[in-house]
Amino acid sequence: MTEEIIIAGFGGQGVLSMGKIMAYSGMMQDMEVSWMPSYGPEMRGGTANVNVILSDERISSPILRSFDTAIILNQQSMDKFEHSVKPGGTLIYDSNGITKHPERKDITIYRIDAAEEASKLKMMKMFNMFVMGGFMKVKPILKTEYVIKGLKKSLPERYHHLIPMNEDAIKRGMELIRKV
Amino acid sequence: MEKELRLMKGNEAIAEAAIRAGADGYFGYPITPQSEILEYLMEANPQVTTGMVVLQAESEVAAINMVYGGAACGKKVMTSSSSPGISLKQEGITYIAGAELPCLIVNVVRGGPGLGTIQPAQSDYFQATKGGGHGDYHLIVLAPSSVQEMADFVEMAFDLAFKYRNPAMILSDGAIGQMMEKVWLKPQKKRSEEILPWATTGKPATREHNIITSLDLDPERQEKFNQKLIAKYREIEEHEVRYEEFMTEDAEYLFVAYGTSSRICQKALQLARAEGIKAGLLRPITLFPYPKKRLNELADTVKGMLAVEMSAGQMVEDVMLSVNGKTRVGHYGRMGGMIPTPEEVVDNLKTFIKG
Repeated sequence: MTEEIIIAGFGGQGVLSMGKIMAYSGMMQDMEVSWMPSYGPEMRGGTANVNVILSDERISSPILRSFDTAIILNQQSMDKFEHSVKPGGTLIYDSNGITKHPERKDITIYRIDAAEEASKLKMMKMFNMFVMGGFMKVKPILKTEYVIKGLKKSLPERYHHLIPMNEDAIKRGMELIRKV
Repeated sequence: MEKELRLMKGNEAIAEAAIRAGADGYFGYPITPQSEILEYLMEANPQVTTGMVVLQAESEVAAINMVYGGAACGKKVMTSSSSPGISLKQEGITYIAGAELPCLIVNVVRGGPGLGTIQPAQSDYFQATKGGGHGDYHLIVLAPSSVQEMADFVEMAFDLAFKYRNPAMILSDGAIGQMMEKVWLKPQKKRSEEILPWATTGKPATREHNIITSLDLDPERQEKFNQKLIAKYREIEEHEVRYEEFMTEDAEYLFVAYGTSSRICQKALQLARAEGIKAGLLRPITLFPYPKKRLNELADTVKGMLAVEMSAGQMVEDVMLSVNGKTRVGHYGRMGGMIPTPEEVVDNLKTFIKG
């Protein structure tokens, strides 16, 4: 099993940290993992993306052009990456700010209104974990218990009291995601 | 301390591995995309645990001369930078090579020339393997292709540097520096307390004084010294070549690539094989010494070799020298911080096959 993922959106949406949590969780599940961020000038201009690979085998290229799953969190990223999903692959997007919805027929498209829900619950900081929950529901690769272990390993202890809130956000995200 | 599994950036792995390898000192100056090395070391503050000195110098030139000084005392010292900063260090590097001192220099390469870009590139190959500074000298050059190797090669580089009294370089790039992967870290080694016989540590009554210099105004003596250096480089070429092969047994076409490009070629290899093209990959791990012999052998069995690098074509010259006309050699490169995708590499392999 190899899952090649891109997460793309605005800086500040937790794109890189969601990728990091995926990589940590994969590591906790004894998988091979890689996390390759865009660190260039585009990041400073507002958009950020990260390639995450989870695999049972040694990972070859950490840099990819086509993906099994794209998680898209703004319109610029939709324009750039809708066509990077492999045929038969998965596209997950948050509809907030999306003016042109994805149109491809050869992939499975899921919508998650995570920004709206996070704002309703006054949990905007947990936005990326709602999306993470959605991903975990439609691509059951990472198990919640390992995600929690991953959070414990990656977060400094002073933030560990926030972990239950992350777990709630993941659960809510699992309920929120809808096939288009 | 046991071996420890962590998820780290390549840059962080180098820094942690340096502490654990028992390094005595790090001297550096920040530059993207390698600043995490200095930042990590500053935060880890190994001065209080192992006694390792970590210092942000006032410039790259100052940093390399601090390395020169530390190495002259027989200490395990290092510096790191990225391309423009490594250019600044060249004077110090050739002095260190000329004074036959061991040290580690890390170059996390970005696009050039000049200030270029902050994105990954492999356009410092000539500088790393063919000199960089003036005079007839070589660095021992190691090219990691994963975060694990970023960690492992620190100790390997120090060992080789001390074995041959020669500066060693880890030639990485912004992609491996910035990406995170799993890494097994070795247990903490104690810093060495051994006083090396050639080191300038204060003259006791029992020996003549040790002199560290790269200057000899007598040309006959200097030539003898040059010959001694060359003999050392030949010995390194004899004993220290390292490389890795992927599906070379039945390969008809061979990718030759190091570092990040070799990872991309591993994927390209799978894609090409799925289309029925018998591709293989040779990944040089040491860029000096270069795996010339093995490439020359493989030239007998393949129909062609395609060097893939993030440069205008630098390592490809060593491939050509290695095969010496025995087989076709092509090149595919991206520049300026652009990274080729595996699909792009396969397309170029197909073009190469057509001739």
